[in-house]
Amino acid sequence: MAGEPLLKVQGVETYYGNIRALAGVDVEVNRGEIVSLIGANGAGKSTLMMTICGSPQARSGSVIFDGEDITRQPTHLIARRRISQSPEGRRIFPRMTVLENLQMGAGLDNLKYFKEDVEKIFTLFPRLKERQSQRGGTLSGGEQQMLSIGRALMARPKLLLLDEPSLGLAPLIVKSIFAAIKKLNQEEGLTVFLVEQNAFAALKLSDRGYVMVNGKVTMAGTGKELLANPEVRAAYLEGGRH
Amino acid sequence: MEYFIQQLINGLTLGSIYGLVAIGYTMVYGIIGMINFAHGDIFMLGGFAALIIFLILTSFFAGIPVALLLLVMLVVGMLMTGLWNWTIERVAYRPLRGSFRLAPLITAIGMSIVLSNFIQVTQGPRNKPIPQLVSDTYHFGAITISLKQIIIVLLTVVLLAAFWYIVNKTPLGRAQRATEQDRKMAALLGVDVDRTISITFIMGAALAAVAGTMYLMYYGVASFNDGFIPGVKAFTAAVLGGIGSLPGAVLGGLLIGLIESLWSAYFTIAYKDVATFAILAFVLIFKPTGILGRPEVEKV
Ligand SMILES: Nc1ncnc2c1ncn2[C@@H]1O[C@H](COP(=O)(O)OP(=O)(O)O)[C@@H](O)[C@H]1O
Ligand SMILES: [Mg+2]
Repeated sequence: MAGEPLLKVQGVETYYGNIRALAGVDVEVNRGEIVSLIGANGAGKSTLMMTICGSPQARSGSVIFDGEDITRQPTHLIARRRISQSPEGRRIFPRMTVLENLQMGAGLDNLKYFKEDVEKIFTLFPRLKERQSQRGGTLSGGEQQMLSIGRALMARPKLLLLDEPSLGLAPLIVKSIFAAIKKLNQEEGLTVFLVEQNAFAALKLSDRGYVMVNGKVTMAGTGKELLANPEVRAAYLEGGRH
Repeated sequence: MEYFIQQLINGLTLGSIYGLVAIGYTMVYGIIGMINFAHGDIFMLGGFAALIIFLILTSFFAGIPVALLLLVMLVVGMLMTGLWNWTIERVAYRPLRGSFRLAPLITAIGMSIVLSNFIQVTQGPRNKPIPQLVSDTYHFGAITISLKQIIIVLLTVVLLAAFWYIVNKTPLGRAQRATEQDRKMAALLGVDVDRTISITFIMGAALAAVAGTMYLMYYGVASFNDGFIPGVKAFTAAVLGGIGSLPGAVLGGLLIGLIESLWSAYFTIAYKDVATFAILAFVLIFKPTGILGRPEVEKV
């Protein structure tokens, strides 16, 4: 199954009540790739991330992961297949310590690899080590973002979903987070599907990218192609460059 | 002075019972944001389960040691009551999750009525007496402490310690707290949210069953109506301590127990329940978050 994509989203439609947020989305992510999804606010990017995890479920179309149809599976079983998400808004458990938040990430293996994995996270984000017994809710935005990514990594994911990891963070922190993602991808072959407002940085980092408008994918290509594309430049890059 | 200390001891005993029941209210509120109005009746059911087990055991195994008898009453009562509460959650609350907020509250009141009427019909409306199980007392000057009281307080301490450990140090407890703080995120991390909620109901019921058994042993009678007055007092304890807070439930329980026994001792005993409910009203009006409650629980 080496030729099969790890994640295959086909014709997915997702609704909130009567409102259609995704209008037939097709996306593929291959093993070992970093793929980014860019688009304006309200385009449906977060909805796609959550639909992959079954919350909400797609009304039609299918989500295939590792060759199996997971469209109708409950969220916790999808997570147990090692799809890990750092969702929009970070969703740190505010009244748990940093360490407990990381333990929640390692729950799938009953903390079997906790000791060695937590050291890796602390090497990646030394700030978390200093703050390990502090409550999640008292961390700064950047620290929460690191914790959210760290928690997702603790699950030893086959696919890491990142929803706007750079939102509201200082450029220096964004840089270190993107560097960490790149490192995990190169050294461990981690597959990453990434949503970003910061289109320039995301596309530079990615093997491939998709552009989403109003619940539909309107463009796809390699990171380089999209960066060079005049429409993409006009809509997402000019003026917004970092 | 001795009289006062005596009342403190009595209040502490009563407060332990209320505290055990209050934990069930507060845990369920914490994890799904609803007041399980049937929880008082679960406590009452726990008392009846203990009573029935007592009657069965003593008629088949006359001369069974009291300690063993009590142990079986507690364990079987916890299992039976846990099963009841599990069922209630399964049939009356879970199908309404995601519906409007008042819906499960209404079914909870319905369940409360079902349970108390069920017991009234099957067990009769009169108080059911139970013979004294333990009657030893110890005297310290003018102060009397009964073995019953010691058992109640010790059992409460042991259970609270076990409970604290589960909630704070085990994967189950972490899953419970995660579900409480952000249900969707918990699911994204592989937590089976429905199962976690079910276990919470079972745990709350098990504590209520112990409280029901202790209440039966302490007062020597069980009534189908026990879900109401003691149930609402335990609820008051949970609100006073800060609903959603576990230490708050224990603190609230002790305070309500103390207030009740001190009020009975120094004022008119007839008004002791009025005192408790006046406290409920005052807390709800002036400090709805209670003593240890969080300012506003962020609900997702
Ligand atoms: N929980 C929700 N309930 C109703 N509508 C929602 C909800 N979440 C998102 N939407 C709507 O769905 C559309 C897509 O939103 P979203 O996926 O968050 O976009 P993006 O992440 O690209 O900014 C928007 O119109 C948004 O208002
Ligand atoms: Mg979004």
